[in-house]
Amino acid sequence: MDFAPIWLTLKLACVTTLLLLAIGLPVAWWLSKGRSFFKIIIEAIITMPLVLPPSVLGFYLLLAFSPQQGVGKWLQQTFNIQFVFSFQGLVLASVIYSMPFMLGPIKSALQQLPVSLSQASYSLGKSRWQTFIRVLLPNIKPSLLTAIVLTFAHTLGEFGVVLMIGGNIPNVTRVASIAVYDSVEQMDYHAANVYSFILFAITFVLVTSVFIFNKYQLKSPLE
Amino acid sequence: MICIDIEKKIKTYQGQQALKVSGDFAAGSIVKINGPSGAGKTTFLKIVAGFIQPERGNIIVNDRVWLDTALKISLSPKKRMAGFVFQDYALFPNMTVKEHLEYATADNEWINHLLKIGKLETLTTHKPQYLSGGQQQRLAILRALATKPQLLLMDEPFSALDPENKTALINELKLVFNKLGTTVFMVSHNPQELEELAAGLGKSSTLFINN
Repeated sequence: MDFAPIWLTLKLACVTTLLLLAIGLPVAWWLSKGRSFFKIIIEAIITMPLVLPPSVLGFYLLLAFSPQQGVGKWLQQTFNIQFVFSFQGLVLASVIYSMPFMLGPIKSALQQLPVSLSQASYSLGKSRWQTFIRVLLPNIKPSLLTAIVLTFAHTLGEFGVVLMIGGNIPNVTRVASIAVYDSVEQMDYHAANVYSFILFAITFVLVTSVFIFNKYQLKSPLE
Repeated sequence: MICIDIEKKIKTYQGQQALKVSGDFAAGSIVKINGPSGAGKTTFLKIVAGFIQPERGNIIVNDRVWLDTALKISLSPKKRMAGFVFQDYALFPNMTVKEHLEYATADNEWINHLLKIGKLETLTTHKPQYLSGGQQQRLAILRALATKPQLLLMDEPFSALDPENKTALINELKLVFNKLGTTVFMVSHNPQELEELAAGLGKSSTLFINN
C-alpha cells in the first residue's frame, strides 16, 4: 500500500493553509474596512472559486503557467520555476481555490466587531498593527480557527483543479483524491477504500473539533 | 485653551443637517454638552477624537493643531490620544481588568491608583463578561484615564452607576482631573451628573448642540 499520496496531501494542505493565513489576514482586514467598487471586484474575484467548476480554474491556470508561453515561459526562463505538473503548481492552485474559505470567516468576523473597539485602541495611542494584533485578532479566535480548518479540509479534498495543473505524477502531484480516482480506474477498490477512509476520518475529526471548540468558546460562563 | 470650530453634515430623521459647533474652552475645565437626541453630541465627541472627519473646521488643543481642514492637517486618533469613554464602553473582551490598563500604560503605580478609584482592585483578573454593567462602565472610565490625557471625552459615562457609586467616583475623578489638568467634555442626559462633576472645579461651561 502506497501512503505517499496521503503524505503529499497533508503537506499540500499544511503549506496552503500557512500561505493563506499569511495572505488572508491582511486582505480580510482590508476588505472588512469600508466598501468601494474596487473592493467589490476584488471580493468577487476571490469568491469565484466557490462557484466556478474546478476544471475551469485548473484549465486557465494550465494556460497561464504553461512553460511554452507568456508568464509560465518567463518564470521558467528567469527563475527556473515551473508551475505546471509540479508541487509548486499544486500549491498555487490550492491557494487560489481555497482562498474564499480562509478569507470569508475572517472578514465576516472582523466586520462584526464593533468599530468602537478599534477606536478605543487608537485613542490609547496604539497603531493599526498593535490594534490588529492585540485587540481584533484575539477577539475573532473562533472564526480564525474555522477559517484555518475549513481551508485545510478543503485542500485535502481538492480534485479537479489539482488534476488539471498537476496531473498524476507519483510522489510529486498524485494527491490522495487523485489516488482514489486512479485506484478505482484500476479496479483496486481496497486502495481506493483506504485513501477514502483516511480522508474521511481526518476531515470528520477536524470539522467536529471546530464545532466543539466554537461551542465551548461561545458558551457564556454565566449560564 | 481648547479652540473648536467645526462643521459636519449629518443624517437625521429630518434629512441631512449641518452640525456646527464652535467655542473656546479653558484648559482644565469641565464642558457640559447638552442637546436633544440625535443632535450630534456623540458625533461631535468623535470628531474631536479624530474618529470622524468634518467637512470644515479647526481644533486646537493647548496650542497644538489637531485639525485644520484649510491646511489639510488632521492628526490621527493615535496622535491626538484623547481619552474616550464610549457609550457602549468598547471594552476589549479578550483582556482582563488589569490588562485593559496595562495595554494603555506601563505606569504600575498609576494603574493601582486607578483600580482603587474605580473600586476594581479585587476584580483585576476578571474579563468584561464577568463584570456588572456598573463595573464595566467604571473600567471604561479608568482605561480612558490611564494615558493621563490632556482632553477627556465622555459619552454618558455614569449611566449604569448607582447614585452612591456615582457620587464616590465623581469625587475621585475631580481629584484626578485637578491633578492632571485634564479638560473634560461630557455628554449626559442627566443635568445633575453634569452639575455634580462641575461643582467645586471652578471652571466649567456649557455647550448646547442642536443642529
